[in-house]
Amino acid sequence: MFDFSIVTSWVHNLLMSFMPGWLTTTIECVLIGVALLLVYALLALFYIFYERKLCAWMQCRLGPMRVGPWGLLQVFADMFKILIKELIRLENIDRFLFALAPYLVIIASMLTFACLPWGNGLQIIDFNIGVFFMVAASSIGVLGILLAGWSSNNKYTLIGAMRSGAQMVSYELSVGLSILTIVVLAGTMSISGLVEAQRDGWFLFKGHIPAFIAFVIYLIAANAETNRGPFDMPEAEHELTAGYHTEYSGIHFGFYYLAEYLNLFIVSGIASLLFLGGWMPLHVPGWEGFNAVMDYIPSVVWFLAKAFFISFVLIWFRWSFPRVRIDQMLKLEWKYLMPIGLFNLILMTLVVMYDLHF
Amino acid sequence: MVNLQEKIASLCPSATFEEGEYLLVNVDDKEWRSLAEKLKEELGFDYLVSVTGVDWKETIGCMYYFTSTATQEKLSVKVAASDRENPMLHSVSDLWKVALIQEREVFDFYGIVFIGHPDMRRLFMRTDWVGYPLRKDYDDNPELNPIRLEAEENEDDSFTVVEDEAGNRTKKEYKIFGEDEYVVNFGPQHPSTHGVMRLRCAVDGETINKVVPVCGYIHRGIEKMCESKSYPQTLFFTDRMDYMSSFQNRHCLCLCIEKALGLEIPHRVKVIRTMFDELMRLSSHLLSFGCMAMDMGATTAFVYAFREREQIMDIFEKTTGGRMSQHYCVIGGVAADIHPDLIKDVRELCAIMPERVKEYHTLVTGNVIFRNRTIGVGVVSKDDVISYGTSGPNGRASGWSCDVRKHAPYGVYDELNFDEIIYNEGDSFARYMVRMDEVMQCVNMLEQLCDMLEKEEGNEIAAPKVPKMVKLPAGHWFQEVEASRGAFGVYIESDGGKNPYRMHFNSPGLNHIGAVDKYCAGYKIADLITISASMDYVIPDIDR
Repeated sequence: MFDFSIVTSWVHNLLMSFMPGWLTTTIECVLIGVALLLVYALLALFYIFYERKLCAWMQCRLGPMRVGPWGLLQVFADMFKILIKELIRLENIDRFLFALAPYLVIIASMLTFACLPWGNGLQIIDFNIGVFFMVAASSIGVLGILLAGWSSNNKYTLIGAMRSGAQMVSYELSVGLSILTIVVLAGTMSISGLVEAQRDGWFLFKGHIPAFIAFVIYLIAANAETNRGPFDMPEAEHELTAGYHTEYSGIHFGFYYLAEYLNLFIVSGIASLLFLGGWMPLHVPGWEGFNAVMDYIPSVVWFLAKAFFISFVLIWFRWSFPRVRIDQMLKLEWKYLMPIGLFNLILMTLVVMYDLHF
Repeated sequence: MVNLQEKIASLCPSATFEEGEYLLVNVDDKEWRSLAEKLKEELGFDYLVSVTGVDWKETIGCMYYFTSTATQEKLSVKVAASDRENPMLHSVSDLWKVALIQEREVFDFYGIVFIGHPDMRRLFMRTDWVGYPLRKDYDDNPELNPIRLEAEENEDDSFTVVEDEAGNRTKKEYKIFGEDEYVVNFGPQHPSTHGVMRLRCAVDGETINKVVPVCGYIHRGIEKMCESKSYPQTLFFTDRMDYMSSFQNRHCLCLCIEKALGLEIPHRVKVIRTMFDELMRLSSHLLSFGCMAMDMGATTAFVYAFREREQIMDIFEKTTGGRMSQHYCVIGGVAADIHPDLIKDVRELCAIMPERVKEYHTLVTGNVIFRNRTIGVGVVSKDDVISYGTSGPNGRASGWSCDVRKHAPYGVYDELNFDEIIYNEGDSFARYMVRMDEVMQCVNMLEQLCDMLEKEEGNEIAAPKVPKMVKLPAGHWFQEVEASRGAFGVYIESDGGKNPYRMHFNSPGLNHIGAVDKYCAGYKIADLITISASMDYVIPDIDR
């Protein structure tokens, strides 16, 4: 399997050979930042297209077809339109918070994005409590949504933001518990460590029953975390027109839009990291030939394919299910998912203690 | 009818009677209130079908149409006020809740103040509108009512006139919403109101305390326009009221005019009209299913419903040339012969529908989220639906047998074999299920109609003696049909001329929107959307 650290260390050594260390670090940071932004934007565009086409397919439609072959350029056209739209200046709002809110959302999304294990040796942020950092960074997002709802001085946005606050804070617990369950199984919080621990089998298979329960809880809770249907109450276009981002226009709205799609990718990526082995190919112990063939597929492809597959499932949810009501959503979390998650954590601890996993 | 007349005469000796299609009771306003109470309590007239304001030049007043839900007996009452400058009648809104909104309509158009009505705001016109447009002495000078570009400032102001025992009337002014109520405004432009409807909701957190509908954003004054058009011309307005039951509306007006003219309609015409009624109902219920699912966030079901609806639209287009507004029914018959493919196309539609309905049930009805959102939400009792006059599928979902097709058959409904779908739960899920089951009943009826139509091949498509210039004899008529959303009624009063003297459309949507507070108060904001979707009102039908 190709190790990307060869490329990165070559670049590092090349720069170090004629530059002082501090300059090298600065240049490397800038390069990574630019690459990150580029991948972020491209993936968001891809996801918008992906969801449109998938939903069209489920609804007996064709989706965008006019701009470019199979409508491929439609998303670029849309993005360009959003970029040149006017940022409408509203009266009687808290201007500073109003302008700050979309950046908080996009920063939270980007920080989490940087934690993902892209491939063998291709990782930006990796340290011993990586998972912890990822959870912490992703929870900044709710602040942006609350601020957006509050600063817009609009009843719809306020109700949307309050719903969102209640929802994201609640479901963070379930996401945290299911992540914790896997951390117990892996015995490490480092992201590369988690991937490495799945070399001989993905956690979904290694951890059998408790891992599977954690996987299902994670999918439900992560869907709620990203404010997507059937948990899209903060936006709930049929109740609150557009929820917390009703008053936003132009690129500020674009940030929310991008962050929503990227969060879909991020939660799918985390799911593939925790349960489906990150970039690790599918290995079956004993089948040497099969494992060797699997190793020929590049690690980046493995990671993206897994993430896209989980996104597909989440998109499928969104386009099939009606929206739940706020009280039903809170009931689902506090009365069902969280107790089950806690019980599952104990179960996983017992499984690890008595060495009942594969 | 004689029996009923004797009973009423003993209850109210001063009343005079006129024989007609229904017994008409003439009563003075002084006696009206006590007669109304007895009509409801003793004679069992628990359903107030329509309150129609009429300006008879010397007097001004209302025609009330009643039905007894137990015996299906019908009665009309005429109450007039002689004081044209400041007309007042006693309100019956505490006996029949449907009068809450219908009396406001009369106030808006005729300026009749109802004593005891709790909320005398104008219904459709702006609060600063000068004059009452349907009165015969209305001044339509555009300088009196220029196009006003400012918002109404006093939209919260309402008043009520109360009468004490001595007969002194006092006017009390008040505000609709209290100072400390948190009012969220839905509409007039809002994704889930299905048109330009505005609902103002007083909320407490996520719970709705009170819903105040604000109508009139697409009010076109159809009733006023009808008074200056000839009878064939008035037909064209009906298609533009409830666009999802355009055919039934037009059918109703044709039936009413034909009844007044005494025309005998060929059997084939009846079959064709009934078939289009049912196709229209099928398409309307499909749209209702799709919109309800979409309002709850399940967008895919909407597209599925539209797939089948498109097929129905194509059938309409082939025969009538129109998709939404067909303009197919004319006085005495239908406008043109059916397309040769009609029967084949309808049979094809009937063949695929059972499978498609099964698909809808799999996708939406069985979904646990959908069931949790609709079962036990927006529960209304049978007494309330009758009192609020919310007929059609909404009434049948609460156990009220109110299908005009069964109780007063028109077209060929008496020859068809179909069931009236009745659920007793009265919640959103029951309203939804009534429509879904009626879809299957429509398919069943369409199959029978195809057989009937095949036997009628080549027969007449219009009555032989339709006059070129339609003039109705002096008198008044009332006709009801079962439109997609409930009982749709037409009231025509004629003075013998070529234009109607008064034409009133009693739309089911107005009753539904009048009951929206009853349906939604106490539930969550999200439920407001579900309940409204399950009530399935169409805005042009309300505003007319």
